[in-house]
Formats: sequence, C-alpha cells, structure tokens
Amino acid sequence: MSRAAKQRLASVGLWLVTFLLMVIMCIPGLWVVLSAFRPNREILARPPVWVPERLTLNNFAKIFGLGEAQVAIPVGSYFMNSLVIALTSTFVALVIGMAGGYAFARFRFRFKNSLFLSLMLFRTVPGIALSLPLFMLWSRLGIIDTQMGLIIVYIALNVPFTIWLIDSFFRQIPMSLSEAAQVDGCTRWQAFWKIEFPLAKGGIAAAGVFAFLTSWNEYALAAQLTRSTDSKTLPVGLMDFTAQFTIDWAGMSAMAVIIIIPALILTFLVQKHLIRGLTFGGVKG
Amino acid sequence: MLRALRARQTALAPLVLLLPAFTVMLFVVALPLAFSFYTSLTPYRLIRPETIEIFIGARNYVRLWDNPVFWAAFWRTILFLAIALNVELLLGLGIALLINRLTWGQRTLRTIMMFPMMFSPILVGFQFKFIFNDNIGIVNNALQALGLTDRAIPWLVDAQLAMFSIIVAEVWMSTSIFAILLLAGLLAMPRDPIEAARVDGCNSWQVFRHITLPFLMPFIFIAMTIRSLDVARAYDIVHVMTGGGPAGRTELLWTLLARVGYDNARMGEANAMAYVSTLLSIAFTVFFFRKLMAARRYMGGAE
Repeated sequence: MSRAAKQRLASVGLWLVTFLLMVIMCIPGLWVVLSAFRPNREILARPPVWVPERLTLNNFAKIFGLGEAQVAIPVGSYFMNSLVIALTSTFVALVIGMAGGYAFARFRFRFKNSLFLSLMLFRTVPGIALSLPLFMLWSRLGIIDTQMGLIIVYIALNVPFTIWLIDSFFRQIPMSLSEAAQVDGCTRWQAFWKIEFPLAKGGIAAAGVFAFLTSWNEYALAAQLTRSTDSKTLPVGLMDFTAQFTIDWAGMSAMAVIIIIPALILTFLVQKHLIRGLTFGGVKG
Repeated sequence: MLRALRARQTALAPLVLLLPAFTVMLFVVALPLAFSFYTSLTPYRLIRPETIEIFIGARNYVRLWDNPVFWAAFWRTILFLAIALNVELLLGLGIALLINRLTWGQRTLRTIMMFPMMFSPILVGFQFKFIFNDNIGIVNNALQALGLTDRAIPWLVDAQLAMFSIIVAEVWMSTSIFAILLLAGLLAMPRDPIEAARVDGCNSWQVFRHITLPFLMPFIFIAMTIRSLDVARAYDIVHVMTGGGPAGRTELLWTLLARVGYDNARMGEANAMAYVSTLLSIAFTVFFFRKLMAARRYMGGAE
C-alpha cells in the first residue's frame, strides 16, 4: 500500500472513531426523541422492546388534546407563554445589550473593568437564590404569575451575557471605519447604523439566539414566579406530567421534543458566530 | 480632526449607554438581594407575615453554622462542582483535540457535538431520570440484556449511585460547552511553533504540554468563567432526578434552600442560605475572571 493511501485510510479511521464517540454521546438525547414516537405500552414493556415495531404521532396528538383526548395539559398556552416571554425579553435585552456593548467596546472610562465584572457578577446569582426575594417582591407588586413579571426577570438574566458577546463583536470592527464616516459628515449615531451595526449583525443575532435559549429553557425562576396558564412556560409545564408515583414518559418525551425543536433550529443557524464571539472577546481584551 | 472627534466623545456618553443595563440589574437583582439580606436577619415565615418585622440579627447565620444538614449540603455542592467541572474540562479537551486532528468532515462532527447544548437543564434531568429508571431505563435494560447483572440496579435510590447519576447528567449537559470553546482555541492556534518543535525532535506529549496547553490556557479560563456564571442550573437537574433524596443524600445548597424556603416556608433561614450560595458563586466567578485577565495580559491583548 502506498504512503498516501495509508494516510487516507488513517484519516478515515480517525473520522469514524470520532463520529462513533459523538453518536454515543448523543444517545441519551436521541433516546428521548425516539421515545416521543413510541406508544407508552412499548416504553413500559417487560422484557424491553429494543426495536420499535411502529412509530406513532399519537403522543403529540394526545398532549395537544386531539384524538383520544384525555390528558388535560394546556401545552398550547404554555407554548405561547414561552414564545411571548422569550421573544420580548430577548428583544429588550438586545437593545440594552447593544448600548452597553457599544459603550464597553468604543469608550474608555474609569472603572471599566470593575463595571464589566460587576455586570457579570449580577448574572452569577443562582436563579433559585434570587427567586426567594423576587417571589416576595413580585407578589407585593402584583406581577406574580404574569408574563410581564417573568419578562422583566429574563431581561436582567440576559443583559450581562448579551453585553459580553456584543462588546466582543464591536471590538472586531476597526474604529477607523466609523471615524472615516464621521469625517465625511455622518453623526456618530448615523455612523453606528450605517457602518458598525451591519458589520456586527451576525454577532448580534448570535447574542439574540443565546438570550432566547436562556429564557426558553429557564426553570428555577419560572417555577416560582408562575402559577397558572396565564404565564406558565414549557419547562414548568413539563412537570405537569409527573404525578406523585407515576410519570407519563411518552407524553413527557413528546413535550421534550416540542421544547427542543426551536432550540435546535436556532442554534444551528448561528453556531459559527456564537463561538467566535465568545472566544475572541475573551482573549483579545 | 480625528483627535477632535475622539475628544468630543465626552465622558457622559458611556454612562448614558450603560444606564439602562445597570437600571435593570439594580431593579431585578441588586434591590431584591438587599431585601433578601434584610429578610435573612428576620425569622420570617410565609405563613406568618408579621414575622418579617422582627429583627434577630445574625441568628439565622449562626444557626446555619451549627446546622449539620447545611454543612453536608455545602460540602456536597463543592465536591459535586469539583468533580463535574474537572470531568467536563478533561472530556471537553479530549473531544476538542480529537476533532481538531480531523482533516475533513470537521464541521459535521462539530455540529453533532453541540447537540446536548440545546437541552434545557430541566429536560436533561428528566431525560436521565428516564434513562436511569430502575424498571424501564435503558441503562438497566442494556446491562440486563448483556447479562452483566440479573437484578435491577437502583440508580436513583441508592445514595452513592444517585450522586453518580446526577454527575453523569451534569457532565452530559456541559461537556460540549468546554469542547466547543477549546476547539475554537485550537483552531485559532498558529501552526509554526508546533512544526518547529517537531523539527527539533519533540514528541507529541511534549508538544502538547509545552506549546498547545499554554496557548489553550486563556480559552480554558474563558470556558470556566462562562460556566461559573450559571453553575446553579444543576439545581434543575437534581430537582427533577432525585429532589435531593434519598433521605437528603443528594441535597445540594440550591435544593436545600428551595426546600426550606418554599416547602417549609421558613423564608428567613432560606434567605441566609441563598446568601451563602450566592457568595460561593461570586467567589467562583471572580477567581476565574482574574485568571482570565492575567492570561490576557500574558497574551498581550489590547489595552
């Protein structure tokens, strides 16, 4: 065998090994996805059924109350709550984050590093620890169990990291570009929208997706600040499937798939920007 | 002209731009934390609202100091984080190095690798509760089918096994973050020093130890800093998988404070615990942030 052929074989082998490892890593997630399409009877079967006899959409029909309707879990309103809360909080966090990120990337001011660190430290407070005072305050303000109450919390949850990401993307744009535009008569505001914003768009989108996912997946705070279909989100709704001693595994798996799909699509759309923003911002100051 | 432009950017502009961010953080995080601190100095119980006006000084904290259940949860949390983060870092590094060596098909594998990142922590908890279920879980089914054991292993009922299962879930959820950040570091790495070292006769381990690893250090610190921002999301996993059981053997600080605050309605005591857990997270973030800053200076970054 020639040297080149041997090398080629080795690289194919390495790829296969890595691929297998990645697939093994994904199995726990894939197993839940598969279970969403299997009847509960098959999931509970003893001895276990390894190869599904048929795949079915019944579990989805059931949790949406179609077909053999018997489960009363309002997945539809949970989904809408999740969507409204995640989208609104993401939008506001992005606006605030763009202003803040621009300030950190383009200005020198006193206590800059300390201010940046203190923003990050706000984010560090464990959700469950923060939920105690928020639970007490939000009840007094009368915004417990409202979409607004959760939106405000998620904005605060997302602002620090959004600033980190957007700051790092603005830094990658040379300052001379916007200065040139200003020399040519643009105001700084115009220069921002005509030069810097279009160039940083990918990164801002990545920050937006990250914020959306954080809100979409959050549980600890939502579990305490929501009560009813007025504001309960999908992760909180997932717990509806667990009774004291029984768990509807098939229904839960179907709901899991509903939660994952938007996350899956969004992450793949922006994965490149996300990685670049995180690492570049960290290393190049 | 340029200098004039720069000078016109008054000291006021960054303040105005940062005002909304800090207003939100003040209203949603700082003020509630101050309120939480005050509450931790009272014997406040949800069922007796007037108790919030009784000031008892640091008695809640003193009581925590003498509380073996609290200390057990505290040290268990530290141990849990130490094991989980180290395993995540090592596995993530291994995966990143492996993918970095591929000469083609890298993108596909990188995409597959990110799959666990999309799972909500509550979903990860549910998923592993399902997988480790002693009757219908795939782990026991597989072990029994392979003839490795003939009885159902009580993964989530036995104290040690339950802790192990929780760590597996946590590692599954977070390893990709390390892998993806370290891979980005490896891809950004210049090739010349490695080739020079090889020409000089270094073996693979020496190249890794003296060239790759020092270059990766800042990326390791970035990954650690980012992770440290929300280590507490492990709460979701434990809450679903064991709820802190059996008999409190998997109780972490976060599940304990939720139980004391919401189930037992002893808000004063719970807020004292919340403060301890918050300080723990802050110490953790500050530690890695400073390492990151030091590494940055070493790398000769801007500013």
